[in-house]
Amino acid sequence: MTLLALLFALAVQTGDSAVARPVVVASKPFGESYVLAEMFAQILEARGMTVDRRLGLGATQIAFTALRAGAIDVYPEYTGTGLVAILHETPTGDRAQVYREVAAQFRARWDARWLPPLGFENTYAIAVRRATADSLHLRTLTDLARAAPDLRAGLTPDFIGRDDGLPGLARAYGMHFAAVRALLPAVKYQALAAGGVDVIDGYSTDGLIARYDLVVLRDDRDFFPPYEAAPLASGALARRNPAAIAALSELAGRLDATTMRRLNERVEVTGEPAATVAHDELRALGLVDQHAAHAAPASAGRGSFAAYLWSRRATLGAETARHVLLVAISLLVAILIAVPLGLVLERAPRAAEGVIRVVGLLQTVPGIALLAFMLPLLGIGVVPALVALTLYALLPIVRNTYTGVRDADPSATAAARALGMTPRQVLLQVRLPLAAPVMFAGIRTAGVIAVGTATLAAFIGAGGLGDPIVAGLALNDTRMVLSGAIPAALLALATDAVLALAERLAAPEGLG
Amino acid sequence: MTALGAALAAHSVVKRFGAVTALDGVSMHAAPGETVALVGESGSGKTTLLRCFNALTVPDAGRVTVDDTDVAGADPVALRRRIGYVQQDGGLLPHWTVQRNVELVPRLRAMPDAAARAAEALDLVGLDAARFGARWPRDLSGGQRQRVAIARALAAHPDAVLLDEPFGALDAITRGELREAFAALRARLRLTTVIVTHDLSEAVALADRVVVLHGGRVEQNAAPRDLLAAPATDYVRTLLARAGVRP
Repeated sequence: MTLLALLFALAVQTGDSAVARPVVVASKPFGESYVLAEMFAQILEARGMTVDRRLGLGATQIAFTALRAGAIDVYPEYTGTGLVAILHETPTGDRAQVYREVAAQFRARWDARWLPPLGFENTYAIAVRRATADSLHLRTLTDLARAAPDLRAGLTPDFIGRDDGLPGLARAYGMHFAAVRALLPAVKYQALAAGGVDVIDGYSTDGLIARYDLVVLRDDRDFFPPYEAAPLASGALARRNPAAIAALSELAGRLDATTMRRLNERVEVTGEPAATVAHDELRALGLVDQHAAHAAPASAGRGSFAAYLWSRRATLGAETARHVLLVAISLLVAILIAVPLGLVLERAPRAAEGVIRVVGLLQTVPGIALLAFMLPLLGIGVVPALVALTLYALLPIVRNTYTGVRDADPSATAAARALGMTPRQVLLQVRLPLAAPVMFAGIRTAGVIAVGTATLAAFIGAGGLGDPIVAGLALNDTRMVLSGAIPAALLALATDAVLALAERLAAPEGLG
Repeated sequence: MTALGAALAAHSVVKRFGAVTALDGVSMHAAPGETVALVGESGSGKTTLLRCFNALTVPDAGRVTVDDTDVAGADPVALRRRIGYVQQDGGLLPHWTVQRNVELVPRLRAMPDAAARAAEALDLVGLDAARFGARWPRDLSGGQRQRVAIARALAAHPDAVLLDEPFGALDAITRGELREAFAALRARLRLTTVIVTHDLSEAVALADRVVVLHGGRVEQNAAPRDLLAAPATDYVRTLLARAGVRP
């Protein structure tokens, strides 16, 4: 507990003490958000500011909470999303009305600033395969509502829950699908093309709509509100760094939907790095000069997977180191909490089962949900990730300590007591050594789980090998996903091997 | 090793476990140097009585003394370090070598010559310390394990030794060997000993006096010869008949 508090204090301190604080630019986990965030970051850099990138944050809830908490300074958001998903208002009004509404409300309620819109709208695009559209005569969402009972929908989790998503569609159009599957943005186009689902929720500026020859159904009842893209910045940034606000405002009205679709296509279909695409466009707009060219890795996009990994070696090394650090610290803290807790429970068997059940309950909370709960308390970044990983690591260690000590050779324990060992001597000299293999088995389980769970840390900006996984999924870049997933798997194997060795060393010699 | 050890005594001891009365007013004693066998079927209260002498069981009523000290008022840890104890399955610590196991009580009592005392005790039970000292309990036979357990109970030169079915888990041949070794040891040490057994023939062969327990009460308390000659109750007679021991 002390260590946790210390880490927390450290994190808070580093947050406050930096004098020339970099501008923290974030994005949500899909291609367009990456490209826009890169444009924000590069124009700020071109105006002489330092930037800290936290790209691919969980979803709307996580990104916006991070902004409110001051953990990030700016990220690309859409006015309709702000209106419906954050303000929970009914989607009404035209573009200008919606923008005025969110700008006023966000400023009043959360001291957040909607900067001037970038110039394009990215609304939901409910899409079907051309064959489906032709055979069922689907042109509009009204048509779709009629056919929906025979169709399977693959929708992003966001969309399934949002008022401007499925629940709203059900009310406005009476739309009820035969089945609804939750699909990540990264896989829904492939799923639709492969016939796994019949309907998906795309974005109107997605690069993949054209590639898969999909039909976007018209919103004939004007259900979706306008989704104008704009930088959403914190009031703190506006006060601290007016130059940043000015720089970001240079992008106002400079991007139209056609341009955006072309940029998204380069990232999602051609597989170019978002940074390169963003840079090219800023240069084309005359917003950055030629010499400030962003150094995109030359080998990206071509060559063998090995060459790709080699080109990313510096980043990969840093991500792996961060990953190992996240796992090591959380495992250590979990051991410091769980071993004493297991020993206390062994002395209080009546409370034990209840406590272990509560700790087990933590395990059943999905990682991303646990992280989301902690956002208001701990913000984003390393600290909440460590807290979440520690909580997940507790159960196997507590349970194995408790049962290991409880069940340690009852005959030997009885004899030790009968011959005059004090309870403390029995614990330290007999029960703990005999329980050590079981306790270490628990630590080993916890370690391997932590390596896997730590990939989720990327959703709250804590870095690690989850970064390329999240980014790769968002950018439809399988190699990038693998460049995180394979090292993570190897790391899990290595962790298991190292902890297995520790387990063997911890086992008293006379056992087995 | 000529010390006779302490006198053990139980005075009207009562012990209940919930609704079950394990000891129902039991009195008996073991004089210094005497070996007393507690005999009875399971549930007779013999092990409960044995455990009263080293405070593993606390009586609900009555008094238990070691010499003239009331066990109820003594520090149980200090008391246990003065009284050797052997349980049915030996209870060797599996993560300690034979030598370290036997050094247990001498070390707890901070005796400077713990290693020498352990070697001496191993020698007493017929195990060569040089050969067996470095072995792990798991590498020993059942009989060797019980010998080590007895050596561990004796190593600190205790005031008395308590044995709970020490040969109960062994095969017949090994049991015979260990009984002989025990008889020899008893003749040599003359140490106050209380041994619990369900086997009347074992009690008759090994003890100076036999206390027959039945349902938490003493049926008869007599020297083996007197017990065989004049069983006090039908129960004792039945027990003798069943054990194949006849007057």
